[in-house]
Amino acid sequence: MKSFLLLLAAALLWALPGRAQQVTVIKFADLQRRLSRQNDTTYVVNFWATWCAPCVKELPLFEQLSTTQAGKKVKVLLVSLDYASQLDKKVKPFVLKRGLKSEVVLLNEPDPNSYLEKVDPKWSGAIPFTLIWNGKKNRRATFEKEFTPAELTAEINKFL
Amino acid sequence: MKKLLSFFPALLALVLLTGFVLGPAGYQVGDKVADFKLRNVDGKTVSLADNKAVKGYIVVFTCNTCPYAQAYESRIIALHQKYAPQGYPVVAINPNDAATVPGDSYAEMKARAASKKYPFPYLQDETQLVARTYGATRTPHLYVVTRQGSEFVVSYIGAIDDNSEDAKLVKTKYVEQAMTDLLAGKPAATNSTKAIGCTIKWKKS
Repeated sequence: MKSFLLLLAAALLWALPGRAQQVTVIKFADLQRRLSRQNDTTYVVNFWATWCAPCVKELPLFEQLSTTQAGKKVKVLLVSLDYASQLDKKVKPFVLKRGLKSEVVLLNEPDPNSYLEKVDPKWSGAIPFTLIWNGKKNRRATFEKEFTPAELTAEINKFL
Repeated sequence: MKKLLSFFPALLALVLLTGFVLGPAGYQVGDKVADFKLRNVDGKTVSLADNKAVKGYIVVFTCNTCPYAQAYESRIIALHQKYAPQGYPVVAINPNDAATVPGDSYAEMKARAASKKYPFPYLQDETQLVARTYGATRTPHLYVVTRQGSEFVVSYIGAIDDNSEDAKLVKTKYVEQAMTDLLAGKPAATNSTKAIGCTIKWKKS
């Protein structure tokens, strides 16, 4: 019964226009372009992976932002650091099972040393890692840690 | 001077405490490292000063449970097999809080070291002070330290190589590059790199 409901929920999500979740595989140059957008939207970019327990635990917080920050210009981007070889085996099934509504991309770069510094010099490479920024307000903050709900809300509020 | 020295533990505590609050501090390349005394999986304690013959150590913060640490496990063993005979043995340190991650308990560490036949010490950083002092943030997180007299100085911090998923696809072996320089008596040309890893599971305060 439970799996039937899950399947039904997944099917419904899939059927909802605009909600059907794809996972696009991108290179760092694509991500960098997205990370330099200059508009009045506050972007919350979370780097995670299906194998990272604290990341998985934290994902619902980012998912909830579409409700808690409804009507505000806040956009969530979930950047999976899973290996591209795990896209069909792990990442897509995970996204479907969890019914993730935020945009999910998979960053396909084998050598993190080539991009970590460019995302943020303070990022040592541990995940979860979250970047919040607003181009128009010229404001940017990064967090190499797992958030509590209150912390995340407080940090986002500083941008609104 | 004596008075000043007596302040030192308090000062150290302060530095560590502010490290908690202000985020990662830790060693930079060129820093002298403080020795530690940690329990090995064989029950004995290990310090850097124990082995008078070494030129240095490859100190790796790693663990049983992180998929990235597991991906690099055999490569860490290979580093020891290559560099221990040249004077740089591996010392592996598990900094994870066993209460948070039961798979990283001392008993599990013993089991892992035995089943994978670790040729190097696998130490438990129970208080997590060594990881804090080094500024380690993730597993695996690697430091090469080089002997300078009776002390050791940080010569390299960072990644093992540029492809965690597949050792066969590695193009640059960052540590080996640094080791080649160090063994030639030169500073490492690339002495700091970064890698993805699992967060160290700190004790809940």
